[in-house]
Amino acid sequence: MLIHSRDKGFVHPRSSEITPRGVYEGRRDILKLMATGAAGAALAGWAGREALAGVQPPGKLAALPAAPSQVPGAQTMEKLSDYKDATSYNNFYEFGTDKGDPVKNAHTLKTRPWTVEVEGLVKKPGKYGIEDLIKLSAQEERIYRLRCVEGWSMVIPWVGYSLSELIKKVEPQGGAKFVEFVTLADPKTMPFVGSRVLDWPYAEGLRMDEAMHPLTLLTFGMYGEVLPNQNGAPVRIVVPWKYGFKSAKSIVKIRFVDKEPGTAWNKAAANEYGFYSNVNPNVDHPRWSQATERRIGDGSSLFAKRQKTLIFNGYEAQVGQLYAGMDLKKFY
Amino acid sequence: MNALLLNKAAKPLVFVLCLLPFAWLVWGIVTNNLGANPAEYLIRATGDWTLRFLCIVLAVTPLRVMTKTPALARFRRMLGLFAYFYVCLHLLSYGLFDKDLDLVEIAKDIAKRPFILVGFSAFVLLTPLAATSFNRAIKALGAKRWQMLHKLVYLIAGLGLLHFFWMRAGKNNFGEPIVYAGIIAVLLGWRVWDALRKARAPARPAAAGRAQLSK
Repeated sequence: MLIHSRDKGFVHPRSSEITPRGVYEGRRDILKLMATGAAGAALAGWAGREALAGVQPPGKLAALPAAPSQVPGAQTMEKLSDYKDATSYNNFYEFGTDKGDPVKNAHTLKTRPWTVEVEGLVKKPGKYGIEDLIKLSAQEERIYRLRCVEGWSMVIPWVGYSLSELIKKVEPQGGAKFVEFVTLADPKTMPFVGSRVLDWPYAEGLRMDEAMHPLTLLTFGMYGEVLPNQNGAPVRIVVPWKYGFKSAKSIVKIRFVDKEPGTAWNKAAANEYGFYSNVNPNVDHPRWSQATERRIGDGSSLFAKRQKTLIFNGYEAQVGQLYAGMDLKKFY
Repeated sequence: MNALLLNKAAKPLVFVLCLLPFAWLVWGIVTNNLGANPAEYLIRATGDWTLRFLCIVLAVTPLRVMTKTPALARFRRMLGLFAYFYVCLHLLSYGLFDKDLDLVEIAKDIAKRPFILVGFSAFVLLTPLAATSFNRAIKALGAKRWQMLHKLVYLIAGLGLLHFFWMRAGKNNFGEPIVYAGIIAVLLGWRVWDALRKARAPARPAAAGRAQLSK
């Protein structure tokens, strides 16, 4: 059947819309290449690069190639925060308490050589050089929301692998119930270590099941490159369903213990910062509401409304069962 | 110096100078150059400038007396009103960026958070001072009552400081608040010292001073 369009198909396009002869003949060449498989070879490098890093690296630091993670919850589709904002608005008190301080001061941190000591209640304690630790498991790219306890959030593409990969290798003993992370505390390279704000070294901790959760990321990079110093180079933890301060930076010790370890902020103000510190819009910080957050670096207007904070930072489907039956108001 | 301060251009010049921080912030908004969290930057910068103008306006009288330049007094009202201008911007930024101008949420927040309550109280107390800053109000109130009312600024400065200390308490980061506290302590301390000096001026100085203190 012949279907007549309104203009009967006799309206000619503008000359600028006519495909030049060279181009349409070129298409045949591409088709021929496809048919012979040559295009596959030619494009493999490009396609492979796309698959390895969904995020365009900013070209600032050494590349850290990674494949997109298959772990459920590890690929949020929200707009990424700008690399510039994610690397210039940081809480890293070893380099100053203002969020603009770390980017100015962290250049003194020496990330090579770097050793991470695994100790405590494990069958295979040991010291890992950073290069060996990076190679211990395949690097994955994970796009996580990051919610700071101060009421702002970002979306960051991290590079690393599940902490559980390391934990399985070192074989915790039966008595190991918690994992403690200790940050470097070197007054020579970290100017604010020794200030009275916190009890140094910065220490954080997780319950064993939290540490074993596949979303808990042992992190070596972001935006397809190694971590900048101010973001916790060369290795940090990222626990996306907890407030940012739970994710210890520049780690030198991972210790397996039988009792809930003291954590830096809990020691500084126990009534404000609990051990769990799961993101929870229903449990306010004593000094401010946690119901909403301001998204940083996604290009939204200064006058855009704040967004609602989600329970477990939106990772309830993945981690909610870890806290089944727990009173989250009591164990904040 | 006095002649310079009495120059016709002096007041407009000071006015423009006082507007520079505001212009700087507006320029920052327009060029999107206020860092990763411009909302937070604006809230904090307007608070900083309120405190700075409080310090500046409290410095007028000590400077006037110590340097014997009575012409300085001409600028006191304008400087005080700029403190109020910046505190209004501070409150507006907080309401707009932190609370999406939700009045119920703002009221709840004021009740819930002591440091917000203290800051808001300082704003409320500063309002009648700004409202009675013109000549007719001074006449209507009578100079004595007007002066009594405007002594509230000492309390306001204290509340502003407490607001700042409390806000920084979360990070145990008192470096800046201590600097402001030091400045304000010196400015208020000078007034106490000056009052004592005047009180004991006529008769035996030391004894009168001690009597004053023990009251």
